[in-house]
Amino acid sequence: MTRSFTTSGAPFFAPKPTVTKVMLQVLLALVPGILAYAWFFGPGVIVQILLAMVFALIFESLMLRLRGQPQLPYVTDLSALVTAVLFALCIPPLAPWWISCIAMLFAIVVAKHLYGGLGQNLFNPAMVGYVVVLISFPQAMTAWLPPLALSQHSLGLADTLAIIFGGQIPIQGGWDAITHATPLDILKTTLDSGAVITEIRRSPLFGDYGGLGWEWVANGFALGGLFLLYKRVISWHVPLAVTGSVILLSLPLWLANPDSNLSPMQHVFSGAIVLAAFFIATDPVSGCVSNPGKLIFGAGVGIITLVIRRWGGYPDGIAFAVLLMNMAAPLIDRYTRPRIYGE
Amino acid sequence: MNDAVARIGPVNHHFHGGLRLRHNKKISCQHQVERPRLPKQLVVPLQQHAGDVATPCVQVGERVLKGQQIGNCESCVAIHSPVSGIVNAIENHLISHPSGKSDNCVVITPDGAEEWVKLDPVTDWQHADPEELILHLKLCGIAGLGGAVFPTHVKIRDGRARQIHTLILNGAECEPYISCDEMLMREKPAKIILGARILRRAIGADRVVVAIEDQMGAVYEALNAAAHEADSKNISVVKITTIYPEGGERQLIQVLTGSEVPIDGRPSDLGLVCQNVATAAAVADAVVEGKPLIERYITVSGNGITTPRNWLALIGTSFAHLIDACGGYRGDVTRLVIGGPMMGYPVASDAVPVVKAVNCILALTQADVATPQVEMPCIRCGECARVCPARLLPQSLYLQTKNGLWDDAGAYGLSSCIECGCCDLVCPSHIPLVDWFRFGKSELVQRKIKTRAVERARTRFEAREQRLELKQRKRAEKMALRKQMLKDKSKQKDRVQAAITRAKEKADNKPRIIHGSSDDT
Repeated sequence: MTRSFTTSGAPFFAPKPTVTKVMLQVLLALVPGILAYAWFFGPGVIVQILLAMVFALIFESLMLRLRGQPQLPYVTDLSALVTAVLFALCIPPLAPWWISCIAMLFAIVVAKHLYGGLGQNLFNPAMVGYVVVLISFPQAMTAWLPPLALSQHSLGLADTLAIIFGGQIPIQGGWDAITHATPLDILKTTLDSGAVITEIRRSPLFGDYGGLGWEWVANGFALGGLFLLYKRVISWHVPLAVTGSVILLSLPLWLANPDSNLSPMQHVFSGAIVLAAFFIATDPVSGCVSNPGKLIFGAGVGIITLVIRRWGGYPDGIAFAVLLMNMAAPLIDRYTRPRIYGE
Repeated sequence: MNDAVARIGPVNHHFHGGLRLRHNKKISCQHQVERPRLPKQLVVPLQQHAGDVATPCVQVGERVLKGQQIGNCESCVAIHSPVSGIVNAIENHLISHPSGKSDNCVVITPDGAEEWVKLDPVTDWQHADPEELILHLKLCGIAGLGGAVFPTHVKIRDGRARQIHTLILNGAECEPYISCDEMLMREKPAKIILGARILRRAIGADRVVVAIEDQMGAVYEALNAAAHEADSKNISVVKITTIYPEGGERQLIQVLTGSEVPIDGRPSDLGLVCQNVATAAAVADAVVEGKPLIERYITVSGNGITTPRNWLALIGTSFAHLIDACGGYRGDVTRLVIGGPMMGYPVASDAVPVVKAVNCILALTQADVATPQVEMPCIRCGECARVCPARLLPQSLYLQTKNGLWDDAGAYGLSSCIECGCCDLVCPSHIPLVDWFRFGKSELVQRKIKTRAVERARTRFEAREQRLELKQRKRAEKMALRKQMLKDKSKQKDRVQAAITRAKEKADNKPRIIHGSSDDT
């Protein structure tokens, strides 16, 4: 008695990791940072995340249909949601709803699907979306909030929704009464007008080592980043290179002139450096492949960000830095191929 | 000789990447290795080795003895009858190939007498001529039993020519489930060490290093005792960390020596030759007892087998027979695999016979095999590069192979892929990377052959052009010479004419002169 079997290629092992699981781990890792963000800056943060998620899924599904691709498993691979969350974390919590819509249009439709879909995008989709709205709608992109502890008017969920969807300011005094510049904004404008750091830092907007509230958001993202490192979803090269290059470059500037330069610590914990180091610059699709390549990529992101912060026209420059390095990634890859066994 | 290479010792080095896999070896190590009862029929394929097919040297209906040569191969090794019995047929039969193809096999019905052919051992191998030993291995059908079945005598002859100082016996059986080498080392350590000494003499090496995994328990003590008894100074047993694929030849050499085999080279470039432990045992049988290679240790294991265990099975025994001897199948067996779960290949039927290359038969259930998952695009997560023991970038090679960028794929080292399957296993997008790389590697080989053919054609063409040119030049020279001669001839004519006129003139003048002279005289 003999028996027949079907055949298929080795290896024969179960279960295998999945793209969905990788993306899910990234989303999970973002939770502590998101919670801290919402804790300090109100429910607008969560609303923006959900809004971007909805638009991302709509565009993802639409593009899959137009490209003749199956909806499953692509819609459920969660990659569009990661893009959406990363984008939503970059914009002001009170930004109008159509900001998300336009940004996701560019992120999902243009940067992702027009380049060939998952795994094919040359540029980081979330950063493409962010830069498009940052450049096109600078006014809407400045609706930042002060930490709840400092705001005179606490906005409830209803107020937040009214502002985001209706553009209605429920409080007397309009926009100026509720929005506030970010620490890096303040720094940029006041430094230009000749103030010194110690003076600026007396503003209640600054915390112990970063912006008030912002430093805890950064801590939350760092915690999530460590989780990703532990789970080996990301390697240590990019986070180390980003933060390391920011520290190494800002240190001599600060030592030479502490009056007009932030300390390395303040640089790292203000703005989006930590988020970028662990979650944005680590995007494998648009980043570098080899470990030396990742180090160069991360260092480039850190250096360009700092240059934009210090000498550029924008208070923060992560998005531009990431996109510029995305362009350089294929070239970096070409020159950083690891030595093959026996070579 | 490289210093590091000469210092193979207790220090373990590391190779890049690799995976710690669940071993699943214990399940097949519970029973002593025995021979299953004699099968009713044995099917011995004539193509069992890397190399040419053997030609049968027996007739249908002829009675053969156990160990009698039934297949002959000039470039490769001989094939022998595993039993005494009648040659039933020489015909196409299903063989162990993933495509389910058939090939020429000698079908023998055993008569149960188990009557051996007259055995012809090498008397006093310690003083025998190495060339005699090498020839003996060829006649006894010895080939690498680690899976590649490369003819042992060829490897040794190559080694002899290249000054080998150390023979490495590979007992690092790194694939999960497979335990046949472990059982062999546990049960026949003295035979392995004896085989190692014979191989050492044949190659002309000084030392023997037996590499085993650190999780093999009693094997170390058994082998060490045997080595100590034989030649404690120059035979050492080394335990290495169990990380898949440390049993790969190049990885093993890196672990033992810290040196890498050159990318286009062979272990012999470092003064090393690797042989499997089972090959060494077969060498001992062949040289000391004169027994050809007609049986081997085989693991029959997996969750789809009732009682997993190891057998000493005759070449030509059908898989079904061995699985029956294990109590048959259990559960929903979905794959029957030859070799391990990482590098093995599936067969379509259990009617295929055991050949020298088969070290393990694996029956896997649905739960063992990853259910076919949808292939997703590569997200370049880099897990594959992290685990690659050849330090390649599988994510780049995949795109290059898929898009036919063969020059890039070559430059990124596609040919260095050892097809270990690590990248495949960790890929979250479920891309069959190793399948792509096998395809890519064969494509590169094809292209190399083609380029070589083009190159040859060009040299031939150029040589012809040169030849023709030379011919033409010679002809032209000849012509010129002849013309010259012709010209010379016409001049000669002139000269002749001149001579004639001179002569005439002389003739005209002569009488006068003569007369004159005579007049004078």
